[in-house]
Parts: sequence; C-alpha cells; structure tokens
Amino acid sequence: MINILIAILVLGTIAALFGALLGYASVRFHVVGDPIVEQLDALLPQTQCGQCGYPGCKPYAQAVANGEAINKCAPGGEETIKKIADLLGVDVEPIDENHEQNSSLGNGPTVAFIIEEDCIGCTKCIQACPVDAILGAAKQMHTILIDECTGCDLCVAPCPVDCIEMRVIPETIQNWQWDLNKIAVKQLN
Amino acid sequence: MAFWIASSPHNHNQTATSALMRLVIYATLPGVFAQWYFFGWGNIIHISLAVMTALTCEFIVLSLRNKKNIRKQLFDGSAILTAVLLGICIPAIAPWWISVIGVTFAIIVVKQLYGGLGHNPFNPAMAAYVMLLISFPLQMTSWQPPLALMTAPVDFANTLSIIFTGFTSEGYSVEQLRTTVDGFTMATPLDTLKTNVGLGFTVFETLENNIFGEHFAFGWEWINFAFLIGGLALIAKKVIAWQTPLSFLFSLFVCSFIAYSISPDSSASTLFHWLSGGCMLGAFFILTDPVTGATSVKGRLIVGALAGLLVYVIRTFGGYPDGVAFAVLLCNMAAPLIDQYSRPRTYGHTLKEHDNEQKGLK
Amino acid sequence: MESIIERISQNKFWPFHGGIHPPEQKTLTSSKPIKQLSLPKQLILPLQQHIGRQGDLLVKVGDKVLKGQALTQSFNPMAVPVHAPTSGIISAIKKSVIAHPSGLSELCLFIDVDGNDTWQERKICQDFTQLSRQQIIIKIADAGIAGMGGAGFPTHIKVNTKPDINFLIINAAECEPYITADDLLICEQSEAIVDGIRILEQLLNPAFILIGIEDNKPQAIKALQHATKTIEKINVCVLPTKYPSGGEKQLIKILTGKEVKSGTLPIHSGIVVQNIATCFAISDAVINDIPLIRRVVTLTGQALQKPQNVWALLGTPVSHLLAQTGFVTENEANETNPPVIMGGPLMGFSILNEQVPIVKTSNCILAPSRIEMPSAFDNNANEVECIRCGQCAEVCPSQLLPQELQWSAKAKDHQQLAKLNLFDCIDCGACAYVCPSQIPLVQYYRIAKAQIRQQQQLDIKAEKAKARFEARKLRLEKEKIAREEKHKKAAAARKATMDKKPADSGSANSAVAAALARVRAKKRANVQRVAGDEEQTKVNESLVSNNEIQDEKTKTTSIEMDDKKAKIAAAVAKAKVKKEQTELLQATSSEKIKTAPAVTDDKKARIVAAIAKAKATAKAKREQQEQKEQLRVASNEEQAQAQEKQPKPSNEESK
Repeated sequence: MINILIAILVLGTIAALFGALLGYASVRFHVVGDPIVEQLDALLPQTQCGQCGYPGCKPYAQAVANGEAINKCAPGGEETIKKIADLLGVDVEPIDENHEQNSSLGNGPTVAFIIEEDCIGCTKCIQACPVDAILGAAKQMHTILIDECTGCDLCVAPCPVDCIEMRVIPETIQNWQWDLNKIAVKQLN
Repeated sequence: MAFWIASSPHNHNQTATSALMRLVIYATLPGVFAQWYFFGWGNIIHISLAVMTALTCEFIVLSLRNKKNIRKQLFDGSAILTAVLLGICIPAIAPWWISVIGVTFAIIVVKQLYGGLGHNPFNPAMAAYVMLLISFPLQMTSWQPPLALMTAPVDFANTLSIIFTGFTSEGYSVEQLRTTVDGFTMATPLDTLKTNVGLGFTVFETLENNIFGEHFAFGWEWINFAFLIGGLALIAKKVIAWQTPLSFLFSLFVCSFIAYSISPDSSASTLFHWLSGGCMLGAFFILTDPVTGATSVKGRLIVGALAGLLVYVIRTFGGYPDGVAFAVLLCNMAAPLIDQYSRPRTYGHTLKEHDNEQKGLK
Repeated sequence: MESIIERISQNKFWPFHGGIHPPEQKTLTSSKPIKQLSLPKQLILPLQQHIGRQGDLLVKVGDKVLKGQALTQSFNPMAVPVHAPTSGIISAIKKSVIAHPSGLSELCLFIDVDGNDTWQERKICQDFTQLSRQQIIIKIADAGIAGMGGAGFPTHIKVNTKPDINFLIINAAECEPYITADDLLICEQSEAIVDGIRILEQLLNPAFILIGIEDNKPQAIKALQHATKTIEKINVCVLPTKYPSGGEKQLIKILTGKEVKSGTLPIHSGIVVQNIATCFAISDAVINDIPLIRRVVTLTGQALQKPQNVWALLGTPVSHLLAQTGFVTENEANETNPPVIMGGPLMGFSILNEQVPIVKTSNCILAPSRIEMPSAFDNNANEVECIRCGQCAEVCPSQLLPQELQWSAKAKDHQQLAKLNLFDCIDCGACAYVCPSQIPLVQYYRIAKAQIRQQQQLDIKAEKAKARFEARKLRLEKEKIAREEKHKKAAAARKATMDKKPADSGSANSAVAAALARVRAKKRANVQRVAGDEEQTKVNESLVSNNEIQDEKTKTTSIEMDDKKAKIAAAVAKAKVKKEQTELLQATSSEKIKTAPAVTDDKKARIVAAIAKAKATAKAKREQQEQKEQLRVASNEEQAQAQEKQPKPSNEESK
C-alpha cells in the first residue's frame, strides 16, 4: 500500500513539475502574432489585386494560414504556389481555374495604360487602385505611374469609358532575359 | 543577311565526355593484358560478356526513359567503362552469370535508376562488385592461382568452358583448378596473408608460400604495375586528376609504414600493399571516377587519403581480404560532404567570409 | 608597396587561379598594318553605346551634321554623347538592330554620308599640361569616351575620382584570341598612347603606372618600352599569355597581388584600370579635339579572305566591313546561316544581321569558318550530362565551382546560387571552353543572373506596393473617421441651430430653394443659347459629319461584338454605348465650334463654357439625360430645317 502511495506521489510530483515547466515555457517563449502569416505575405506578389477573393495580399495570407487553398493567387502563378507549398509543407496544386490570369494579352507582366484622349476624368479608377498608382483629379485627365502599377487590372472594370487597358511591358535591353532561342533568325534578302 | 545566333564562348577545346571515357578504357589495356598473361583468358571473356550486357541494359533503360539520341548516349563510353572495370575485378574463372548479374545491377540499379550518367552517387562497378561479393561469396572469391602455378593447363577453350559450364573440357571443376599439387586450395596473396596472420604465422613465414612469388605477390604485382602505367598515362593526358591517386597511395603507404614499423611480424610491407589486390586499379581507375568522387582539389586529396586509410583498415582488421571496393563506396558516400566543406575561396572574398559561407551552407 | 615594384621589375608576377590557353590565332592579323577604309554610304549610330543612360537628341531628321559634331547631350553624369563620325545628313531617327546579344532594336541615328568628311571647327591643344583637371575631364566627357575594352563604362567618371590612387593600370593584355586591335594600335600610335597615359597621370596622380601586356605581342612591347623609356613612373609589365589575364580583376591580381573585394570597384582599393585604346582616345580628344568617332576593329576569322585591322568609323554597318575583307559563306545546300561574332571567340556575342553597327566597345568582328570553330555553328546542341570532372573549377579565374553553379542554375535555386557567389562570375567562358560535356555553362549563369536581378526588382516592387497599399488603407480609414466626425459635428450643429432658432429654418430653406432654382434657370438658358447659336450656323455640314461618326461607331461596335466572347459582349456593348454617348456629345459640340466661325468672340466664349458644361454633365446621369433631351430638341429643329433644303439621311436610330 505504501509502495503504491509512494509511486503516486513520485509520479504526481513529476507531473506537477513538468506541468509547471511547460506552463512557464509557454509564457516565457510566447510567440507574439502569427509569424506564418507574415511569411506567407512575404511570398505573395503584393499586387493587392484581390483576384483571390480577398481584399489584398495580407488578408489572403491570413486566409491561407487558416486553411484556405493555396492556389488562388493569379499574379504569383505557379512560382508562388510552389513557394507557399514549400513553406507550409503541403503539395503543390495547379492554379485554380477561376483565378487563372487572363492570358489573352500573352505572357509577361502587364501594366495598366490610360488612353488619355478618351479619359473623362471621373476618378473612378483612382478609387479602385489599391496602390495609388493613378494620378489625376476630377475632370482632369488621369495617368498611370508605371513604376508603381502592379498590373492588378482592378482599374479596368470601373472605367465608364473603357479607356484603360492592360499592356504587356515591352522587352528592352535592360529587362532582356538572355533567351537566345527566342531570337528569330530570318533571312532578310 | 541574318547570322547564326549562339551563346558565347563560341570556341571550345573540342574535348568530349565520350573521348575521355574512351581514353580511360584504353588505359586499362596494359592491366588487362597483364591479367591475361598471368591468369589466362578468363577476365577477357568476362569483360566481353559484361560489355555486351551493359550495352543491352543501357539500351533498354534509355528506351524506357524515352531518351532522344539513344545511340549517342549508348556509345558515350560510360556503360562500356563500367563493364570493363567490373570485368577486370571478377575472378577469372567465375561463372558467366556473375558478370551478367553484376553488370545488370550496375547499369540498371546503380546508374540508371539514380538518373543515368552524372547522377549516380556510387561507382556502378564497385557497387556491383560489392553486391556480388556479398551475394555470391563463393564464386567471387574463387580466384584461380596464376597460370604458372596451376596443375591443369587452361587454354581459351577450357576457360570458356569453365565459365559457362563450371567444368573444363577435361572435366576439372573450379575447385580442382584452384587446388595445388599438394592439395591446398590456392587463394589470392592478400587472402593467404590474412588467413595465415590470423592463424598466428608471421608475415615472413607466410611469404614463403609460392603464391607470393619472388617479390610481393606473384602475378598481381605486375598487374598492379600495368594499371599504374595506364593510370600515369591518364594523368599525363589530364584525363584524371593527380590528387586522388597520389593521396590514396600516400595514405596507404603511411598507414602500412606505421604498422610495419611497429610490428613487422604481423604487417605486410608497404610495397606489398601497393602492389597487391585492386590497389592500383582503385587508385587510378575507380577513385578517380569524377561522377562519384570529390570535385575540388582539396576534396580530392581528402577523399584519396580517406580511401587509403579505409583500404588499410579493411585489409588488416576487416573481414574481407581486400577493401578497395568497400573503401570506394564509403568515400562515394562521403564525397558530397567533403565537397561541401572543401569549397575554394572565391576571388575577392576574404578567408573569414569564406568560412562563414561554408558554415552557413546546408 | 616597394615590394610590388621590386617584384615587377624582376618580372615576377602573382598568378591568378585557373585560366586557359585557347589557340591564339593572332597571326591572322597581327602582321598587317591598320587599314584606312573608304567611307560607307550610311552610318547607323545607336544613341547609347555605353553603360549608363542615353543622352537627349540635339538633331532632327534632315539636319546637316559635320564630322565631330555632338548629336546628343545630357546632364546626367552617366550619359556620354555620341558624335557624327563624318559629315552628312541625318536621314532617319528610328529603331534599328544594335550591337547587343539580344538582337533587340533601339533608337539609332541614320546618317547619309555626303563623302566630303568636313570637320567641324577644332581647337587643337598644344600643351595639355596647361589645362586644369576640370578642363580635361570636361574634354573627355564631351568627347564621349567610354571604356573601349568591352564594358563601355563612361571614362570621365572613372578618372574623376578623389586622389590617393596607388596604381594606374593600363590594360593592354588583350588576352582574347584573334583580337589584335590593341596590339596594332600600340605599334602604330605608341606616342599618342603615352600622351594619353600622361594625361591620365595628370588627372589621377597615381603612385605607379603599370602597363600590363601579354608576351605574345613582342613588337608592341618594344614600341611601348621605347615610348616610355624617359618616364620613370611607367612600368611595362610583360605577362605570360593566359586567358583571361586581361580581365580587370585578374590583371589587378597579376600585377599587384591584391584582390578586388567582391562587390566593390577597383577604385575602392586605390586602383584605376584603363584600356590602352581608351588612352589613345583620351589623347586624341584632349590634344587634337577629336571626339570618339572611330576605333580600331580587328576583322578576322577564316571566313574572311583578307583578315586585317581597320580604322572603322563608329556606326559603320558590319556589312561594309565584311564586304571590304571578302566575307565568303560556304555555299552548300541547306547551309545554316554562318555566325558573325562581335568581340572575341570567348566573350563576344553573335550578331543578328549585317546591319549591326560598330560601336564604341566593338573591338573585333570574327567570322569563323566551320573548320576552325565548329562549336560556333552548332548552338550548344552537343550538351550532355555533367560528369563532375571538375575541369571547369580548375580553370575558373574567380575560383568558383561552375559545376555546382550549373546544377543550382538549372534548379533555379537562387539562394544557393548566391551562396556559391554567382555574381563573382565574370562571364569569361573558360569553364564552358573546357567542359567535356559541352554544357553552355555561361549561358546558364547569364540566364540565372538575369532572373535573379529581375526577382530582386520584383521584390523591391512588391515591397513598395505593399507599403503603398498599407498607406492607402490607413489614409482611407482616417478619411472615413474624419468624415464620420464631420457628419457628427454637422448633425450636432444642425441640431443646435434648430433648437436655437426654429423660426429661421423656414426662411433658410426658402433661400436654398431659390438658389437651386436660379442655377437651374441659368443652365437652361445656356442650353437654349447653344441651340440658338446653332440655328445661325450652317447645319448641313454638322449633320452630315454627325451621321458619319455615328455610322462608324455602330460598325466598329458590331465587329468587336463578333470577336469577343458572348459572356463579356454585353458588358462591352454597354460600355461602348456609354462611351459613344459621351463622344457624340463632345463631337457635336466641337463640330459646333468649327461651324460657327462667324459668331462673335463673346458667343464663342459662351459656347466653350457650354461645351465644358456638357462634358461635365456627361458624368452625372440625370443631368445628362436632361441635356440630351435638350439636344434632341435642338437637332430635331436642325433636321427640320435641313429637310427643307435636301433629303435627310436617317441617323437617329442609335439614339
């Protein structure tokens, strides 16, 4: 009987000790915030386009952390999905069809372009732009700050006169990617 | 007029992997010739068998992998080289299926299943040799004595017959061939030494045995010498790097020298270690296999030294008489790690930065 | 420091790691003098021929330019001007293929050569030692000199540095096979080159001047030694021939034993390296007032019948040079295009077509035959798997591990590439030259480098976008709060006033109503005035043009509707109609202005005001409707009038 009591006592003490230790550790090493959201956010392309169905990249990162599908980021494409999958340790999924980038413009990143002679200065696109990349005032012609535009095409829909279009960024010597196979060699004469 | 677009550099020294492989194959010829001279046709028959099997296996796998330009890959020399090396290692009178199974394993499992040329972590010939040694110990240790010591003469037809049927045309079995006039089964010099030292004989007493010949190991010394010549030719041609064989032989020399100095009775001389077993073949043809070895200069020196030490340890303390194959496989395993920690310092980076970089690497 | 000079005077140098000895082939051209070429018919001058930014145009199409006249200028320090290499007329300014591996087109000036070769006025400087530092630097900058060795870094920036320069290194190594341009230039112009070096000495005041030259140019070495005999400071260092000893970092290592720290420039270690051809250009510019308009180009390779060095004007199309040297293509059936390489066989790039012009950095045009350089013809088709032979690591002058870089580059593992110091690769091509598996290693690195750079830029952009998004969110939030605050305050104020003076509210309301009524009345009056004006004008014209516009619109709309998917068609149509309406409003209004030339200024002003209003109202739907009603009334009246004179085409259906 005594033996049993001793055993219970010893085990109980040990349990209490470890419980206290764990409790202390959880307080001492408490992680503020959810770092996974920050890490996910860093992987997203920050176009703030909302094509994933969330108002911006951070909310989508939050949603992914809470179990949302990882394949909804159209601007990031497969690369981003791969990175997220790596981070979360899940399988890579093909990009969601509903969220696939509109490929009618061809490949490559795009920027918005305002056909300035058609612009009526309604400021609707300015309100739509998530990164303040459109310059203009009411009844004044608007223009895009190309360097700030993320190519999210959120400004295209609100335009009442359809004067905004997405244009592929042209290839120049500065952004050329050393793809020699793409150079078309054709006989000139 | 439009011009042809290509990437720089436009010039090339016109070397090709297949040419390198071919040179290595040629360099084995002196050794193969010496083997033929001392042990008869056995190894040449095994080499031919192995080459044919290797090409068949390679062709099948490449077809299954839907590779383009199979012909080019088939004759890039790598499969043939593997087959030649394995054929050299197999005992001359081993049955035919030994080399067939060995090469099939080498090509299909060790080489192609890991991704083919350039992707195999282990030397295919050595991995196959070890596999055979473990699976078929009897056949793989049934080395015949050199021709001069044999009771029954074995010509080409007899060798062919014993490889395919297990008996010579006169009806001698492998066992009988290996038996001397006195009724003792002959083993390799290394084997004999190991057994005798284990039985309490001194090395000097053991060396009286006529298997050791006049110098170190009858026949074997000349075979090793021939491989040494082939290897030196390869170094001269800059086909293989000099660091690995040098550090391997040096390390083996140091190990055996220390042991010999401490206890000459139970240790063989350094030259015996150098000129027996697969020492030279390993040093110049196996360890220098670029795919499975280390790539940096420092790394090669380390790999060579490690292999030398391992060979000595296995020969002296291990369960097998020769340790080259095991040492090579162990070094293959260690090579990526050695490479990792022997990266040279890049131009413009201080040594300190370099150290930090190495530590920071995965 | 002394020890370095001691070692150099004993002809002992520091070795650099790796390097290769490709066939030199310099004898093809090294024994023949530099040839003067006839003038080409047309010159094509890219606006940017250096690292940095392009200048602004000073000329326009049709301008006559004189030899040496500046064609661009810029106040950006990273821009160097280009000059007219000979006299002629600017025939075009358009995009044309430039000397770049991408074969992309950039803005170029086309000069139709008049053949007179008339110089602009020049001021020859007798004694450059009298010039101040600043004057020399301005002269160098105005002459458009950029490094002529290959990279094309603006020279005036390189020489305009703070003092305490230890070493001025003149790079005459010319380590690439085939090229002998510097060799011949030294042989023929050693005096001018030494003048250039002395100008640099005056600018930089270095402790030592070292000329690095490979030992395969005995005549040039002799010429240099002779020309520098009297100058104590200059050491002609004869180096063993090894590629790439002419690489800036490698040359510094050979001569001084120092390494340029990764990520820094030689200037940070007190070293300035200048190409020897640049020295010649400097002396030409400072002493003779000749801007950089020509250079020595080696035309070589076995596909040329008469390989030789030539003085080529910048902008000379390669076709002109090839024609002068007898370019023969193998006329076999289904022969692929032959390669023509600008630069050497190891670092040069193949050019797209013969229209590519010579620029400031083009030192060689190499047209190899298939026998001498088979690998230039096969486009890396012989690539097989890497067998880790490590030969690439042995020859790498930066002591990188090309084989490991290659795996990481193929796997796009950018982090690992950074750890393996990819950006210390100098693209010299030694690794690919020796690779027995014939892997185009340099090409993999270049693609990886471009991708990493782009990724970095994207990361920066993403970071910026995020910051802007957050800022915007914050701002919107603030505005919302402020608005609510304002509403609250206004409501409170209203309540207070209501409580205070309930009697006054009635009069206030009536005042507002009166103001509204006034505004409305004014608007109506304006519109009617517009309509009135129209009545005075010739309405037929305006009507016809109206019809045309409308017909076109409907046509285009229908075509586009066919093209687009049914799903979005409705949306498009809606937008088009919307757009059309606004456009129509504008069109009619502007038409009105055109057709009312007779009306007085007063009236015109009023019309303008009306149009502005019409435009503005387009936004507000309700008012727009109202306006349209008015206009329809007006145009109905017009039609009624028109019908009296001529039959009226039907046009109103889309309204």
